[in-house]
Amino acid sequence: MVEREQKRRVAADRVDEDVEADEATAPAVSDRSQRLKGELDDLLDEIDGVLETNAEDFVKSYIQKGGE
Amino acid sequence: MAVVKTLGIETEYGIVHRGVPDPNPISASSLLINAYLSRTAGAGHGPGAPRVGWDFIDESPDVDARGFAALGALAPEIETHLVNAVLTNGARYYVDHAHPELSTPECADPLSVVRYDRAGDLILVASMAAANEVLPPGQELVVYKNNSDGKGNSYGCHENYLIDRGVPFGRVVVHATTHFVTRQLFTGAGKVGCELPGSTRQQVPFQLTQRADFFEEEVGLETTLKRPIINTRDEPHADPLRYRRLHVIVGDANLCQVATFLKVGTTALVLAMVEDDALDREVVFAEPIRALRTVSLDLGLRAPLRLDDGSTATALELQWWLYGQAEQYLACYGPDGAGGETAHVVMDRWRQVLEALEHPGDLDPLFGVVDWVSKKHLLDAFRDRRGVAPDDISLAAVDIQYHDLRPDRSLFAKLGPETLIDEASAAAAMTEPPSDTRAYFRGRCLDKWPGQIVAANWDSMVFDAGDEMLRRVPMMEPSRGSAAHVSTLLDECDTVAELLNRLADTG
Repeated sequence: MVEREQKRRVAADRVDEDVEADEATAPAVSDRSQRLKGELDDLLDEIDGVLETNAEDFVKSYIQKGGE
Repeated sequence: MAVVKTLGIETEYGIVHRGVPDPNPISASSLLINAYLSRTAGAGHGPGAPRVGWDFIDESPDVDARGFAALGALAPEIETHLVNAVLTNGARYYVDHAHPELSTPECADPLSVVRYDRAGDLILVASMAAANEVLPPGQELVVYKNNSDGKGNSYGCHENYLIDRGVPFGRVVVHATTHFVTRQLFTGAGKVGCELPGSTRQQVPFQLTQRADFFEEEVGLETTLKRPIINTRDEPHADPLRYRRLHVIVGDANLCQVATFLKVGTTALVLAMVEDDALDREVVFAEPIRALRTVSLDLGLRAPLRLDDGSTATALELQWWLYGQAEQYLACYGPDGAGGETAHVVMDRWRQVLEALEHPGDLDPLFGVVDWVSKKHLLDAFRDRRGVAPDDISLAAVDIQYHDLRPDRSLFAKLGPETLIDEASAAAAMTEPPSDTRAYFRGRCLDKWPGQIVAANWDSMVFDAGDEMLRRVPMMEPSRGSAAHVSTLLDECDTVAELLNRLADTG
């Protein structure tokens, strides 16, 4: 998890994007997207086991009246 | 002139009582909070330690900042009979209508707000664990940090900012509206669907915010009906001649710490500029409510917002304008009225996030940083994996479960989000008050003399020193009562009587 955070912070540090910079960093962007896609795949594997089993019942019964 | 900012967040959490046929959210919320209070009383001060209740003497939520009571406006009522406690970290933990609500202690900078907001979440997590120990088998209380049930019911996450009473309120309304409409770009917690009448998930599969659907007025006193972008509740909980507390009801509850940090930090900056009249123009939307909804529904981040001079601007353009103004402001005025030195860190993150938002086709850098982006990535990946339609109900289930606070069930927690506060520091903040506001005095006194504090609220405490009179100690200046002011005094006093005598001597 820590590793994932650090990767992301590096990505967020990318600044000053004129057109040339965009072209220059295009492969990096696509690498980053691939990496995030991989992370999300792992994440979906992980959360499959914790998702509510009956989505319809769960959504219908989630009622919160009387706020603020 | 911009006053030193005192900041805080009040969060109403969603609650579900599982395993009972006819759940009652009010009793569920009471049970949740009482279970936590019993556990902490047992751990900290021995079984049966007295609980300190909230003191309502200075509460007046129906006072309007515009100086009049709107005819027919529905003033909020105070419910005094429900669970209402003050914690040793200076926070207030209570049942509000049908929800558990936690107000952070007063904080002196946006990072401290993030710490106490996270501590609040951890208090709710501990409350669930405590409640589930005493519930019969098969029953469970589950808490969600979101603002909507997807069926037209909303509950709030309110922010509070102390500002100079001398600033004309109309100026606050103009500039704060510009910021509240456009900051949704990074404060939105994301939502599957739209709750406006007649709208379907097919028409609106996803929008930026939980709350935009629920706002109908530009300015007003209500918080539950006809919600206004600018709430006029005028209840400073401080010297009313010097201060106003801007009570902001238009934001989403954030799970991403960076989003909370920016929500509070950028707003403190904008308000400091308003107080010092430092903004170079007024941006007024032709239709503020429409603008609020347009920004929330615009996943392309490029929708033009119509201004009253006939021109248009995008939310991102207006955020860049505010950012540029803030840069100049800090150079001229310094950060004292804008959240302190942390304001410079806010500026860095603000710029990074706005730069990332310039590329709506590639928002990956905001994953784990901004809630709506994180949730959308998760939903898109889930949809691709399952091959379901964009309006499939399973996506609404993922949306709700993103906000589930149970550590083993929270989809947000599993994303590996960026954190600004380490978990040990947040855990310590469940019981320790901030050192740099009056919350320090409140929290330390509660910790040291729980049996002799009859009641407490934001701006006073009532002590029972054992003589015939109860003594009220006013705390009308939010930045006083900090560790710098009173830690030695509190260390040196063994009894409440001694504390009260010494406070009387020093005035």
